[in-house]
Amino acid sequence: MSKYTLKINGKTQQVDVDPSTPILWVLRDHLNMPGTKFGCGMAQCGACTVHLDGSAVRSCSLPVSAVGKSAITTIEGLSANATHPVQKAWLEHDVAQCGYCQSGQIMSAAALLKDNPNPTDEDIDNYMSGNICRCGTYLRIKEAIKAAAKK
Amino acid sequence: MKMENKNAYNRRSFLKSSVIAGGGMMLSFSWFSSAKAAEKVAELNLAEQWSELAAYIKITPDNVIKILVPNPEFGQNVMTSLPMMVAEELDCDWKNVVVEMSTHDNVKYGPQFTGGSNSIRMYWKPLRNAGAAARQMLVEAAAQTWGVPASEITTKAGVLSHSSGKTAKYGEMAAKAATIAVPKDVKLKSPKDFSIVRNSKKNTEGEKVVTGKPLFGIDYKVDGMLIAMIQHPPAFGKKLKSFDATAAKKMSGIKDIFSFKLYDEGFEQAGFDTSTFNEMVAIVGNSTWEVMNARKKIVFQWENAPEVKNVINGWGGRKTEQISPAGLESSKSQMVKMQEMAKKPAKEIRKDGDPETAFKNAATVIERTYNAPFLAHNTMEPMNFFAHVQADKALVAGPLQAPGWMEPTLAKILNLPAEKIEIQMTRMGGGFGRRAYAQYVYEAARISQRVKAPVKLIYSREDDMNYGIYRPMYTATYRAALDANKNLIGFHVTGGGIPENPVHANRFPAGAVDNYLADGWEIPSNITIGAFRAPRSNFNAAAEQSFLDELAEAMGKDPIEMRLEMLKRAKEKPVGKNNEYDAARYIGVLELLKEKSGWGKPENAGKKRGVAAYFCHASYAGHVVDMVIRDGQPYVESVTSAVDCGVVVNPDAARNMVQGAVVDGIGNSFYGALTHKDGAAEQSNFHNYRMIRHNEAPKKIDVHFVENDIDPTGLGEPPFPPVFGAVANALFKTTGKRHYNQPFLAEQPKS
Repeated sequence: MSKYTLKINGKTQQVDVDPSTPILWVLRDHLNMPGTKFGCGMAQCGACTVHLDGSAVRSCSLPVSAVGKSAITTIEGLSANATHPVQKAWLEHDVAQCGYCQSGQIMSAAALLKDNPNPTDEDIDNYMSGNICRCGTYLRIKEAIKAAAKK
Repeated sequence: MKMENKNAYNRRSFLKSSVIAGGGMMLSFSWFSSAKAAEKVAELNLAEQWSELAAYIKITPDNVIKILVPNPEFGQNVMTSLPMMVAEELDCDWKNVVVEMSTHDNVKYGPQFTGGSNSIRMYWKPLRNAGAAARQMLVEAAAQTWGVPASEITTKAGVLSHSSGKTAKYGEMAAKAATIAVPKDVKLKSPKDFSIVRNSKKNTEGEKVVTGKPLFGIDYKVDGMLIAMIQHPPAFGKKLKSFDATAAKKMSGIKDIFSFKLYDEGFEQAGFDTSTFNEMVAIVGNSTWEVMNARKKIVFQWENAPEVKNVINGWGGRKTEQISPAGLESSKSQMVKMQEMAKKPAKEIRKDGDPETAFKNAATVIERTYNAPFLAHNTMEPMNFFAHVQADKALVAGPLQAPGWMEPTLAKILNLPAEKIEIQMTRMGGGFGRRAYAQYVYEAARISQRVKAPVKLIYSREDDMNYGIYRPMYTATYRAALDANKNLIGFHVTGGGIPENPVHANRFPAGAVDNYLADGWEIPSNITIGAFRAPRSNFNAAAEQSFLDELAEAMGKDPIEMRLEMLKRAKEKPVGKNNEYDAARYIGVLELLKEKSGWGKPENAGKKRGVAAYFCHASYAGHVVDMVIRDGQPYVESVTSAVDCGVVVNPDAARNMVQGAVVDGIGNSFYGALTHKDGAAEQSNFHNYRMIRHNEAPKKIDVHFVENDIDPTGLGEPPFPPVFGAVANALFKTTGKRHYNQPFLAEQPKS
């Protein structure tokens, strides 16, 4: 076990965990932040996507020991009250079906728009293809991303 | 136990009203459903007493209208659409509605079953009746308060008005309304007067979803909760011999590691208790990562399992013996077995006319065989459940489609009366049928009972994929007899599967062909199978709709026109009895599809199009799929869909559901396959079980609904099966090759 000081959603948090513990489980089991979801455990589905210094990363495959001083943003920290343009677009387009993958989709989309404020359909496909939606809401996700890009 | 005591139920319809603390109104209702709904319930093999329904409406003095949702949500939108039905008849302002998942109580709330595309169908009348009754009581309360006849009072958006100028919000009259006798007869609105139903409403849980609130079972947490994982045998046909957890037990955060049996010796399982593995090893600890790591350090010894006989206690006390054979099965040898079985005489399911003579006299016989593999459900939220079992009571909470089906088994396993077991239903991260099989709930309960602590059991993705309740492996051979003028004179379908026969003998084209034969066979297996979005239909629609396409080609007819001609025959002069479908509605969907897709129009002449339509869950759905070759691979670029599911309660959410079904259908038909080698699944996670992704989804899916006032029929499943057929037919147009074996793009990424 080792002690880590993490910067998460603008706050400093301390945890005492095994160095190999993925950030996903640090968030879910140790910090009571269940918005980041467990899907596959091997960076294949994107349900666990968070931002590390603004870039999208799969938290299931990111050990706590690798984070260092980087800032982590989770779905809980994306906005105070569902006011981030991506969240608003998601609500406007009523994207979710079961909703389980959507926090990961939203985190990926927010990172995409930060790097590329006006993505083409192909840009969206390329960036978002790491995020699986089993309910098949891909068309609405794309519409929502385009709508958020205009804001 | 509640569910076994039929006499405990009052068969009369009743509504009950009471005043709530603080002076509002609460209306509970419960009644025997209409004959039509009861039929549907029978079709699902539900226990008879489950057709009693109940729920609550609460109206507080400050005008908040709380509607409890009886059925668990797994993405089909019931947390929005069911309350819309209550609110419509209550005539309240949707803005004042607060929605909450009810607790589990089959006596109060009815079947509470999410599956069979049945939620809206099952609750359509009862929930509207409740809304209408509450409205009538509010009107009566206002009439008494104001001293005017009730007939002079109107309601709109939660406000009561009288021509004298008097108005009151529902909340102001709620306490008085609660004291008024519940009306015996209520008048429901005519569909033309709907103002909430048929007007799209946003997902009531949308904001919680996009902000990451703890909605799902896997998010469930209480103080002192431990995490558990399970090691099942690594292959179907294996069982636990021994294990050594000495090293694992010493690892940080680990509380206990032990083997346990799910069912005691001689336990009579219920119909959905499906489980091949009865003995397994639980690893219990403080956190998920610690438990995952400890599991890797356990040394397991497995051995071949003998044949297992289970007694299944079905509905109505019908007992059957189910044999789970010994042996390590492989997909390749299973396919050989199916081919051998297909040569033997099959069990006749339906026969009209004289098919033998028709085939003997045929000028041409077309025969094609279709195959499909096991499919894993792959819900994004892996199986998990919370359990806290104490000496005299238990709480279980999590994602579950059929709480009422598992409650009796759980009560028996824990030796507790059902009344002492509280079941909380969370939002589900997908279900697709998988969460109707609750053995993971029993596993969680067994573990909690043993460690005497609250426990959350979590499956890893690998556990979820490898110990699944799969869509069965199927095959079907279709034969058509044509006379010298290319008229269809005979039709024969023979279907088989491991371990289930897929044939729906009373569906189209039964009823449309004079000489018709349907038969089938089954091969037992130790691989667990169960419902997967539109069970059997999801295979039949692929096979039958591909075959009809080839048949149309052989007959020199347009595929839509040929179907319409056959359906016209079935409508005007149906062959045989027990035809399940309504040919007129089937025709309606095909005609809408033809119109909206511009089928046969010159501007679409260059497109590579495939069409299919299918009937299931009392609804009709069809798609025209436009395919192109992109980067050397077939790609479905756009889709036109037509659906007749009667009244569409929440249109935008319904479109979302159909679009999702199209994406799901393309994904599973192109890539879906769960194969076995020596009993072990060959796919374990999303790196080698290919799921459809963003870049593979169509650019456009246009969804159209047949507009009618028919009481709602199913929607979650019906649009899914015909996607497979439309994709197969478009593949032929695109590649020049007929695809008979799923998945159509068989190259799986290597593990």
